[in-house]
Amino acid sequence: MTFINYASREINCKIVYYGPGLCGKTTNLQYIYDSTAPTSKGKLISLATETDRTLFFDFMPLELGTVRGFKTRFHLYTVPGQVFYDASRKLILKGVDGVVFVADSQEERMDANIESLYNLEENLQAHGHDLMKLPYVLQLNKRDLPTAIPAADLAAELQRKGEPVHEAVAATGVGVFDTLKSVAKQVLTELRKS
Amino acid sequence: MTDTPMVIREPQFGQLKTVLAKLRTDAAAQVTFLVDKNGQSIAVQGDVGNLDTTSLASLAAGNVAATGGMAQLVGEKEFPTLSHEGEHENIYICVIGRALLIVVFDDQASLGLVKLRVKQASREFAQIFAEINSQANESTDDESLFAEITDEDIDSLFK
Repeated sequence: MTFINYASREINCKIVYYGPGLCGKTTNLQYIYDSTAPTSKGKLISLATETDRTLFFDFMPLELGTVRGFKTRFHLYTVPGQVFYDASRKLILKGVDGVVFVADSQEERMDANIESLYNLEENLQAHGHDLMKLPYVLQLNKRDLPTAIPAADLAAELQRKGEPVHEAVAATGVGVFDTLKSVAKQVLTELRKS
Repeated sequence: MTDTPMVIREPQFGQLKTVLAKLRTDAAAQVTFLVDKNGQSIAVQGDVGNLDTTSLASLAAGNVAATGGMAQLVGEKEFPTLSHEGEHENIYICVIGRALLIVVFDDQASLGLVKLRVKQASREFAQIFAEINSQANESTDDESLFAEITDEDIDSLFK
């Protein structure tokens, strides 16, 4: 749900990074955080377990600049990927404006990708959202690993509606900003339409 | 309804800030703060100092969402208020429709007083939010600005 404040001339949008456990959602946010000027970002909040697995969510606010005199702020969230945190995942999708699905390219994680994608569609429906109508980007992460499935095969399996697909190595930043730009553009285009 | 954009215009923004300021004084609080249930900050009044209000907004929304989830598990619609008491600083959160009212206070104020004042202010906030909701679909000149956003405008954000 985009939040528009005419008094302070601000547009706030919510983007959620979704995907199976250990696919690199937090790594995406960490890279964005580390690579952004301090004036454009707030604090990176990580609600994680003692072993650094996301427990509830990671969050960082990012200011991109102004459009037609309005400051545009994106609130970036990740969900906990582990299957048993489904109730938390569902809560974080509330009010979402755009979703990035981070897929793990390793062959042995294919089933986890599919299960997580199915779970995303189900949880979006619970909030009255339709993945087919929502700004959405597919990121194929961990492209540097030797067990990575060819990108075309992975995309053929996971692409839902002709959404943009970005190959990435989040740990080194490859594809991270391309993915963010891609979803942010869709969110702003959606705002123009509405 | 909950997923229609929340659009705040100048007059309502001013009214919200006025009620927040009055509540802050009446409750002897340090900061009074309105955020929406998705964690977006709406308005704040008080001595913010080094308080990271953006993070506080997001965490409060997560907190309310999590306790709301627990409420449903035990058969309640929601838990409309939450209070956290620390050694020196305390936080009281109250759900008002689509918004959360957050009051940060220290040992100069009492939880009882804060609860009482919040209850009184809640009615005023509810009225203002009803007005905000009823005007959500009225278009203004500003809104046509969004229709005029060009691809170049969007691209310029990423240069």
